[in-house]
Amino acid sequence: MTSAAALVRQRGAMLGLLILAALVAVAAPWLAARDPIRTAAREALQPPGARFLLGSDQFGRDVGSRVVYGARVSLLVGVISVSIAVALGAPLGLVSGYYGGRLDALIMRVMDVLLAFPGILLALAIVSVLSPGLGNVMIAVGLSAVPGYARLVRATVLAAREHLYVEAARALGGRDGGILVRDILPNVVAPLIVTATLGLGGAILSAAALSFLGLGSQPPQPEWGRMLSEGRDYLREAWWISTFPGLGILLTVLAMNLVGDGLRDVLDPRLKT
Amino acid sequence: MLTYVGRRLLAVVPVLFGVTLAVFSMLFLVPGDPVKIMLAEFVTTPDQVARMRAQLHLDEPVLHQYGRFVGNALRGDLGMSIRSRRPVATEIGENLGSTGRLALASMVVAIALGVPLGLIAALGRNSWLDVAAMGVALLGVAMPSFWLGFLLIFVFSLHLGWLPATGGGDLPHLVMPAVALGTIAAAIIARLTRSSMLEVLGQDYVRTARAKGLGGFAVVVRHALRNALIPVVTVFGLQFGNLLAGAVIVETVFSRPGLGRLIVGAILSKDFPLVQGTVLFVATAYVLINVVVDMAYAYVDPRIRIG
Repeated sequence: MTSAAALVRQRGAMLGLLILAALVAVAAPWLAARDPIRTAAREALQPPGARFLLGSDQFGRDVGSRVVYGARVSLLVGVISVSIAVALGAPLGLVSGYYGGRLDALIMRVMDVLLAFPGILLALAIVSVLSPGLGNVMIAVGLSAVPGYARLVRATVLAAREHLYVEAARALGGRDGGILVRDILPNVVAPLIVTATLGLGGAILSAAALSFLGLGSQPPQPEWGRMLSEGRDYLREAWWISTFPGLGILLTVLAMNLVGDGLRDVLDPRLKT
Repeated sequence: MLTYVGRRLLAVVPVLFGVTLAVFSMLFLVPGDPVKIMLAEFVTTPDQVARMRAQLHLDEPVLHQYGRFVGNALRGDLGMSIRSRRPVATEIGENLGSTGRLALASMVVAIALGVPLGLIAALGRNSWLDVAAMGVALLGVAMPSFWLGFLLIFVFSLHLGWLPATGGGDLPHLVMPAVALGTIAAAIIARLTRSSMLEVLGQDYVRTARAKGLGGFAVVVRHALRNALIPVVTVFGLQFGNLLAGAVIVETVFSRPGLGRLIVGAILSKDFPLVQGTVLFVATAYVLINVVVDMAYAYVDPRIRIG
């Protein structure tokens, strides 16, 4: 059975893919019926109905259109953050695991220090240095995930290095660079894909949280975390302003996690907890 | 055990050294002149900028500055907040209790929800109970705490009027924030409890206990659960750190005083000494809490301290 066929048999993963596909489809520009930024004071705080499918916010903007645009923002933020984390973490882990010694010790001590800042705290500290904004949030969320990838890749490389075929390649006079890329890197790919997929959900959550705190996306950009905080004062009169963006975050993260779990079961069952 | 404690404490020193170095460098990594950024909102004369620079000792050699930073921090002096002009340590002290209570209450929620959920799932493996429990856990992991907070406020404050929506203080003020913050940890603990429990239930000693004729409940609680919870204990430290950091978000949702609100306000107002002090404090607390958890783990499971 190929990996793809095995993945199709994972019901959870399929459900996740389905939700993701729906999100991407919905995020297409033609579905956003109205301009997500245009305000109309006279149409403020309209409940969901025929005119505004998901209601309108305190500025008369269409919540549905803003949620749809927000999907694009969130997916993009997630992909870029995780790409930053993998692009920095994977090479660090490769080098650290393969060469060992002092370089390994140095890299891993630096990673230990970064891991000493729990949860979202490291991203917060980085944003405070770079100043608030969506671009800086992506950098901050990406950087704060680097130690996780570096450690994962290092551990995989340490195991792969002991394989006989690596020893054989070395005995045949293969150079380090070639061995790293040809013989060791393929071992790293599967766990890396699984972890990165699972990391997407987390990255989207963190980025939305930072925007919620006012440190990420700036108005009037439609971003889910930001929309939630803007709906905060209208919870009593207009529950829809903050409910739908929140649902968007929940569904997206859930879908990513389902797909990630499915990929893990297929590609790398050892990672299962 | 004593050698283990010594080794573990020794390993913390370089990490804490690195943490102070990282937090200290924050001011130097800021693009542009940090003093001008901090004073951006005020009309300033060059004289005032120079005075601020001197007050922050930014006119001294970098090594001196770092030495002073670490020396002061060891004595509990984390500098002065630029906005409030009060010692950072005082600001932290005033907000610590509120965040500490929130983190502890969230931990209680996480354990009270997570362990039974995982237990139910493991005992009813592959039944609808398992599927339902793990479905709840999946939702819990994906749930943004700030959204859950809004939903709780909407239902329990605005509609039912049972609990106060905002503010710090007594127990009623603590319930919703603790649930909003503890849910993710609860979901993680539920999944871990399930897998750990399944592993233990397959062990020989559980089979022996059953063979001795012990009832299902006694086997599950006395023989299986106690051992199954050992790996769960290890995530407490990690999760406690996540709760401490997650408080940043939940405190904002419920307008609750605490370290989280303090740090977000400091970032937004470019109060760098306050940001540095709070970040340094939380990271140090997190590292030390993990040492304590590791020691507790080593105490419970002798295999750790020998390995």
